[in-house]
Amino acid sequence: MSNQESTAAMRSAPMRSALGRVRHLGAARTGTHHWLMQRVTSVALLPLTLWFVFSAIGLAGASYTETLLWIGAPVNAVLLLALIALTFHHTASGLQVVLEDYVRPEGRRLIAVYAVKGVCWLAGIACALAVLRIALMP
Amino acid sequence: MATFTLPKNSTVGTGKTWKAEAGATNVKAFKIYRWDPDTGDNPRYDTYEVDMDKCGPMVLDALIKIKNEVDSTLTFRRSCREGICGSCSMNIDGLNTLACLKPIEEVKGDVRINPLPHMPVVKDLVPDLSNIYAQYRSIEPWLQSETPAPPGEERRQSKEERAKIDGMWECILCFCCSTACPSYWWNGDRFLGPAILLAAYRWIADSRDEATGQRLDNLEDPFRLYRCHTIMNCARTCPKGLNPAEAIGKIKQLMVERQG
Repeated sequence: MSNQESTAAMRSAPMRSALGRVRHLGAARTGTHHWLMQRVTSVALLPLTLWFVFSAIGLAGASYTETLLWIGAPVNAVLLLALIALTFHHTASGLQVVLEDYVRPEGRRLIAVYAVKGVCWLAGIACALAVLRIALMP
Repeated sequence: MATFTLPKNSTVGTGKTWKAEAGATNVKAFKIYRWDPDTGDNPRYDTYEVDMDKCGPMVLDALIKIKNEVDSTLTFRRSCREGICGSCSMNIDGLNTLACLKPIEEVKGDVRINPLPHMPVVKDLVPDLSNIYAQYRSIEPWLQSETPAPPGEERRQSKEERAKIDGMWECILCFCCSTACPSYWWNGDRFLGPAILLAAYRWIADSRDEATGQRLDNLEDPFRLYRCHTIMNCARTCPKGLNPAEAIGKIKQLMVERQG
């Protein structure tokens, strides 16, 4: 490499100090809410999921109409909606952590995180609509 | 994506073997990572056979013996040889530890020695620590207080207040923990890692410090703090028996507490 070339290469190489790179754009001032909600939703999902699994087992062999009536009962419908909201919230925030760990560069990571959130939103709304249609059936 | 395999120029080959002196009966082989930035060659494992009857008990004793008597090009950091300076941290037999505190007899078979994992290598067993030192600087590891110290006196603490920094002040910044942490491997440019977060908590927990809020502000970040997933490699590997994961847990608790 000639002198001129190496000088040019040096000028284009990142020369920011290590401290400057570490401080970068500063702290995002967020993260705690996400971390806390992940824990809160998992604690809330424990009893809800158990309730749902045992109810589903109890419904084994029930007729179509009986199942519709069970879903439409106010307490069951409310708990089902809560289960749906919490499950998809928990899924999205859990997957977000995995994506943040592994996906680079930043642009691709953002796209991946929002894609997951979008899918979880749509799936959650679809599930909720199913419950609501049954619960609000005349 | 995070890279899970070594790039081609980092694949480790097999290097030279230095046989033990004739007549040695108690021989232990040390397989040591060698890389010389000046040659451009791939790294290699050189094998040094050491006569244990003529060597001190710790891995550092063997390294110094090899450097003095066999191969003076072997490069590593060391200073105090008694576990207080943190210079000789390296990966011995698959675990990050201090060479001066690691008895050779604890290793079954050959003693495999590598530099601290996932750090740029300067030469042989010497990792480039500039990023982690800058991260240490970024948490401002000194007492910050607007209230002046009482004239002619030290700033006082109750015994209970003083006890809160036990398990943190003992850290010697050898970075065995940070370089054992997968989250630090994948996101070491933004995640501060266990050593630095333990140091941050040391000042957060200090009753004499008045900057607790600003310190927490600077850690409130999905990457700086919340890449810790309580994997616990840090606590497992710490040669001083400290528990950085617990300190990080306490930082998270304070973050929640101050939200009301």
